[in-house]
Amino acid sequence: MRGLRQLPAILYMTAAFAFIFLPVAMLVIYSFQNGPLPVPPFKGVSLRWYDALLADRKLMAAMGNSVLVGVLSSLAATMLGFLAAYAMARRPPRRVALAQFFLMAPISVSYLIIALGLLFTFNLVGVGKSLLVVGIGHVVINLPLCFAICYSQLGEHQANVERAAQDLGANDLQALILVTVPMLWPALLASFFIAFTLSWDEFVIAFLLSKYDTTMPVVIWSMLRSGLSPKLNAAGTFVFGISILLVLLVELLLGRKRTS
Amino acid sequence: MALVTATSAAGGIRAPRPAGLKRLALYPALIFTAAFFVLPLAVMLCISFTLRDKGVTVDWFTFANYRAFVERGDGVLLQAMVNSLEVTAVVTVLSILIAYPIAYILAYRVPARWQRLLLVLMVLPFWTSYVIRSYSWLLVLSENGIINRLLTGLGVIAEPIGMGNNRGATILGFVHFFVMLLTLTIYSNLVQIKESYRRAAADLGASPWQVLLHVTLPLSLPGVAVGAFLTFVLCIGDYITPQILGGSKELLMPQAIMRQVGRTADFSMASALSMILMGVVIIAFLFSARRLRMDRL
Repeated sequence: MRGLRQLPAILYMTAAFAFIFLPVAMLVIYSFQNGPLPVPPFKGVSLRWYDALLADRKLMAAMGNSVLVGVLSSLAATMLGFLAAYAMARRPPRRVALAQFFLMAPISVSYLIIALGLLFTFNLVGVGKSLLVVGIGHVVINLPLCFAICYSQLGEHQANVERAAQDLGANDLQALILVTVPMLWPALLASFFIAFTLSWDEFVIAFLLSKYDTTMPVVIWSMLRSGLSPKLNAAGTFVFGISILLVLLVELLLGRKRTS
Repeated sequence: MALVTATSAAGGIRAPRPAGLKRLALYPALIFTAAFFVLPLAVMLCISFTLRDKGVTVDWFTFANYRAFVERGDGVLLQAMVNSLEVTAVVTVLSILIAYPIAYILAYRVPARWQRLLLVLMVLPFWTSYVIRSYSWLLVLSENGIINRLLTGLGVIAEPIGMGNNRGATILGFVHFFVMLLTLTIYSNLVQIKESYRRAAADLGASPWQVLLHVTLPLSLPGVAVGAFLTFVLCIGDYITPQILGGSKELLMPQAIMRQVGRTADFSMASALSMILMGVVIIAFLFSARRLRMDRL
């Protein structure tokens, strides 16, 4: 009886899962296609497209660039976000509301507009397109998130321990580096990995602000022009796989903190 | 100020007086945001009032670009804005309708210890890039894709049909993404609703449908509103999904903006269009913020 009543819910969830995973399944399955087309029929498992991926100099260079831009921009965003959160936490909410609004504002503006703004501004002062500029763009989009993650994890508990450290003679800088940062490392890592994932996947900013040296999503985009190919599936599966690993890592970091 | 310090000291807690380092720590982020977010937007606003012809600025203050938005090519740009608003509205409504039951079942029908895992699984593809997600839908929709194979196999259609390169494909790609986003925001709102409210309503004789309609639904509106606003912002500003899935038969606003940058390098026009797009988002924000407050009253 109870099972019967649950039936619509089970059917709905199954359908929803199918809808959400259909494109991902097609992407991943046909990256192993033993044939030239990433569509049915499936002709058997082969790793040849992953070999092709590794042999593609341009793609490998783009991957290196993606990692470089991702790591540096995420480090910068996490550092700026953490410092701002550290400065704002435990101050009366009304006094920091404006600064908070200011820091969170980029979240409501399209990546395209942020990219164009940077493009035109750098153009005006004579700075050319480069990976550095892409990195700056990625810090702009990630800073609000990094700030929000750190801000949400800075509670009364940290304040008390910090005060204790200061009572024991630590100065501000010592308390920050020796007490606050070690206590907050799960949040800091989570913030870093979320930022890295978003930078790793980001297209429009990288597309508009980079020139010859560019990132993975941009190279995948340019490969798209020559149509569907299992090699594209392999590249997509790889990029997606890295994102998933990082997201699960974040889930573990923040999830463990919640339960402890 | 002294009074505040005195009272909190009396309460046994040392007043958190922001000392040097703690105050300075705020500035790097503020300066960065001012330099690389606010300043570029201001630059864009200024550029949008200049007129460029073949790469040369011919007029330093004019509303020509904004007028061209309405007039150029029989209103092709205005049409792009209308298309964008239509697509965004359809996507937002469809996504809410699909996501709400998912979030509801997750929050109330799934045993608590499985909820987190199921939620994480459910939104896993959320973390693919727009490019790869759109490409994946291209695979599904292509003439030899799984859907055409299924339909021809079942004899529903005789010949494979082209399903990409139209508005439907764009909407499908968007809905797929925003169902996941809305599931997240609605679920996190539903689990915060106190179980006692729902139980009280049931104890007072409300049927499950009445509980849903009169208790759960009104209390979950903030989650729906937050998700809907994010959907609106991200959907109306995305260039990749319509470009890959929709093709270029019909332009959406971000595609129209990219054309100004790509083909003619008309930065002034691109800036004006960006400002208009931002203006629409701000209006939507003010509108939804007011509606939300009204719902709470």
